[in-house]
Amino acid sequence: MVQFSNWDILRNLIFAAEWTIVLSLIAFVGGGLVGGCLLVARLWRGGWVNHVFNGYVQLFQGTPLLMQLFLSYFGLRLLGVEVSVWVSASLALTLYTSAFLAEIWRGCVAAIPKGQWEASTSLALSFGEQLRHVILPQALRIAIPPTVGFLVQVIKGTALASVIGFVELTRAGNMIANVTYKPFTVFAFVGLMYFVICYPISLYARYLERKTHVARR
Amino acid sequence: MSLAAETAPVAPIVEIAGLRKSYGTNEVLKGIDLKVAPGEVVAIIGKSGSGKSTLLRCINGLEEFQDGSLTVDGKPLLTDSPGAMRELRQRVGMIFQSFNLFPHLTVGRNVMLAPTLVKKRGKAEAEAQAKALLERVGLADKFDAMPDQLSGGQQQRVAIARALAMEPAVLLCDEITSALDPELVGEVLRVVERLATEGMTLLMVTHEMAFARKVSSRVVFMHLGRVHEIGPPSEIFGNPQTPELKQFLSSIHE
Repeated sequence: MVQFSNWDILRNLIFAAEWTIVLSLIAFVGGGLVGGCLLVARLWRGGWVNHVFNGYVQLFQGTPLLMQLFLSYFGLRLLGVEVSVWVSASLALTLYTSAFLAEIWRGCVAAIPKGQWEASTSLALSFGEQLRHVILPQALRIAIPPTVGFLVQVIKGTALASVIGFVELTRAGNMIANVTYKPFTVFAFVGLMYFVICYPISLYARYLERKTHVARR
Repeated sequence: MSLAAETAPVAPIVEIAGLRKSYGTNEVLKGIDLKVAPGEVVAIIGKSGSGKSTLLRCINGLEEFQDGSLTVDGKPLLTDSPGAMRELRQRVGMIFQSFNLFPHLTVGRNVMLAPTLVKKRGKAEAEAQAKALLERVGLADKFDAMPDQLSGGQQQRVAIARALAMEPAVLLCDEITSALDPELVGEVLRVVERLATEGMTLLMVTHEMAFARKVSSRVVFMHLGRVHEIGPPSEIFGNPQTPELKQFLSSIHE
């Protein structure tokens, strides 16, 4: 029987962790773009866009990410669209992330006093100019800590992509545990690696929070 | 000045006719008619809830109204046309009770922002203009300060400079000294008074009766969403006609 050293296990896990990071980045960049567009549409038009926005956010916040992954993988296949696990996982995580980020950022924009909109309106600024020069610079400052905090949730959420066969950290751990018969060691390593990825981000979020609090006094 | 404004056949700069505005079933403006000539200083007084701030906010389209017409400089106010509203707002400046300076920008950039974006002024030109305006409100040395480093009175003077940077034909002042500590009220009122003597058309909602009496050419007393009494300050304050105005004035003097 082949013997696996701890280093063999770790090396393979590190290789798989790269895919966790790549998937997280796709989810975050894609989700940020989609979420940002949703928010701008809502701020610009209001009315029925509000309802669409709220429905979208509630739909993705109110269902498990696991179901969203299943639906994006099996659902698209049912519709006759053959997609790779890459596309399915990226799609589901992007939509999931976009709903949460849109809602987080909506709260940040809502925290900007109404007087800022009124003052910039009365100075004849257009909607785009108001957002770009008055509202978003202020909203951004309060948005950074919760946004970075949510990034950690997304990274851990990518573990669920393993159920549709996407080989990332968790799935790789599962496979390695099956061949090495050392599930405890393997999953301890897996947990440690998530921690190594997430902890610095959490620290950074806390640092940013302190910094923006000081800036806002 | 007031007499000239009323007798000369000058086209009014603000003309409001039959203006009605409601929030749901609650009608807050019940048919307002008001003409303001260029250079006139109109003080709007009345109890809270009488609709005076709402009227002011209708004039630059911050509030939509349901019925009636409103023209500024002969141009009708069209709330469903963003382009037309931007045109109009370049002619109508507004100063708020809560200053509403942009806290993330320096004082200088607060003043420069709208001219550079809306009027497409070059940076050097906008900067020179901002410095001149800050000088005019007595804050030449605060160009690089952040708004939260200033006192309330200073912030409000920056807000005045910011509104003036768009070279408005009409300036709306919505209770601009109400959020200030008593000792800071004077410095803001002096700036407004100077604008008035320089010929700026001013519409101001105010609780400073002594100031209204001294500076305005006409006083509008609003009551329950209507212009209840209107006239020169000497008449309104010295010889009130209606019991509502008498009661309002006596409640203030107590």
